[in-house]
Amino acid sequence: MLNDKRSTGEAFTPALINMGKTEEDIVLIEADSGSSSGGSVFGESFPEKYYDVGVAEQSLILTAAGFALTGRRVFASSFGSFLVGRAYDQIRSSIAIPALPVRLISTHCGVTVGEDGSAYQMLEDISLMRALPNVTVLVPSDHNSAFRLIQVVGEYERPVYIRLGSFPLPSIYEVSDNDFIPGGGRLIVEGTGVTICACGIMVHEALKAAEILSQQDLSAEVIDCYSIKPLAAQVILASVRRTGCCVVAEEHSCRGGLGEAVASLVSRNYPVPVKFVSIEDRFGQSGAPEELQEYYGLTGTEVVSAAVQAWTMRRR
Amino acid sequence: MIDDKMDKRLQLIAATVRKDVVRMIGLARAGYVASSLSIVDILTVLYWCEMEIFPEDPHCPSRDRFVLGKGHGCPALYAVLAHRGFFGREELWNYCKLGAMLQGNPESGRTPGVDSSSGSCGTAPGIAAGMALSLKREKNPPRVYCLIGDGELQEGSTWESILLAAHFCLDNLVLIVDRNHFQMDGTVESIMSIEPLEAKFSSFGWKVFHSDGHDVISFSDSLLKAGENNNSPSVILSETRLGKGVSFIEEAMNKGNSIILSREKIDLALKEISRAAGKVEGIYNAE
Repeated sequence: MLNDKRSTGEAFTPALINMGKTEEDIVLIEADSGSSSGGSVFGESFPEKYYDVGVAEQSLILTAAGFALTGRRVFASSFGSFLVGRAYDQIRSSIAIPALPVRLISTHCGVTVGEDGSAYQMLEDISLMRALPNVTVLVPSDHNSAFRLIQVVGEYERPVYIRLGSFPLPSIYEVSDNDFIPGGGRLIVEGTGVTICACGIMVHEALKAAEILSQQDLSAEVIDCYSIKPLAAQVILASVRRTGCCVVAEEHSCRGGLGEAVASLVSRNYPVPVKFVSIEDRFGQSGAPEELQEYYGLTGTEVVSAAVQAWTMRRR
Repeated sequence: MIDDKMDKRLQLIAATVRKDVVRMIGLARAGYVASSLSIVDILTVLYWCEMEIFPEDPHCPSRDRFVLGKGHGCPALYAVLAHRGFFGREELWNYCKLGAMLQGNPESGRTPGVDSSSGSCGTAPGIAAGMALSLKREKNPPRVYCLIGDGELQEGSTWESILLAAHFCLDNLVLIVDRNHFQMDGTVESIMSIEPLEAKFSSFGWKVFHSDGHDVISFSDSLLKAGENNNSPSVILSETRLGKGVSFIEEAMNKGNSIILSREKIDLALKEISRAAGKVEGIYNAE
């Protein structure tokens, strides 16, 4: 594991600038969010490929749809709460239904947004976006995978939603690692005792948990489920067939996120006990990101206790 | 400019379109006949005189675009597209049926000639503005026309897009307001007043034109002026009547009643449209 800590959100601008150099038709649209997402830096390099529509998320999505309909390669970015929350109808009617290739990038999701509190700490975006047919949902766990996924979806001809975070994290993957595609999942620790599925910051907590569990002679298998939809079904099912139990960890509401996606997959194909480490049907609040992570139980320790519980109930 | 002969010809085309709209909605037992009839003349002028279109190559990049905001008026758009050759007229008779190419609201991937999906009120102006902004980088930017109902001006998202279009000086965008003064629950002014419209648009930096949306000369004149407008988007406030062309539908709408097109009502409507067209045709042939 490398030591430099960077957020997934920090991958956004470098990945776009990289594409902007070669791709004539690329466009980034922001809603007064460019200085927060870093998008305005892209705008300085490529002023003719950058637009800011002001504090107007509905207009952001509709403008993006219009650009996509003229064949441009569109990225639209804003804060998760407002991009998904305020403009949900526009996303549904003008991007998801016509299946337009618009890449929606949301920044500042989850409780690790910190001090801005519940209004900005979007915890329902994955469930809302997962519910829309035609939409791919991605939640990268480190800077390098985020960089790669942003580039991959640049070539992707379907609507995509990517959740990026602002919380600095160590790298899990090498810079040269290219093996990230929609529908993929990465088995990053092999084990036989319990399957741990995670996305975003919780992949890091799952790795910590796997370390602790190994000291307790419980061998955990950790899967980075960066593609929430489509889910890496074969990777997850192959794992639960070996382990007979599963934990799902995510910085998201327990309703409709990765947890329920995995539970649904498993119950339809190979039912095993599933335990959840997520946020129990409540909103966030102000605080330091680390404090909030602890307060809402989004920690390696919680993953360990969920893993032990799942293991005692395992399918034999 | 539209001369007298062209005026008559367009009226005859509009009559043909109106009859197909009545037939489609009658067959489907679904759809909004009054709302569709109010936009037929506007669409006829756009698709026969104004827009650069390529029915044999509906995705041609240099084509002008059209976005229908009032999705419930789509039978009129479908009939126009069929008569312009984007698809066979027989498709009209499957409108709204399971598996049909012609959905209850327009879908771009599904229907040749439909440049954008729509139906959710207040989305069309934003999509049209996005198209116009994207196309402005072309040497000869194609033009984008967007037709919305007047009730749609109550949507907040519409005004976000009106701001945007002026800010980016989208002179290749023409917004047409089908000013029929009615919305689902009653008259627009009684439900939620939108006047003074001209002052609102002007203060937002738009150039405002007025027209009679059932007079093809008046409407095409305003299109001509909008075409000469530089550095700002144009809006044409087009006065129209719900159910235009079929008197019993117009009367019912004025009283706030809904219309169910029975077999007899369909025949009555077709007869009235044909009779009016017959008069125009007589003059047209005599000339």
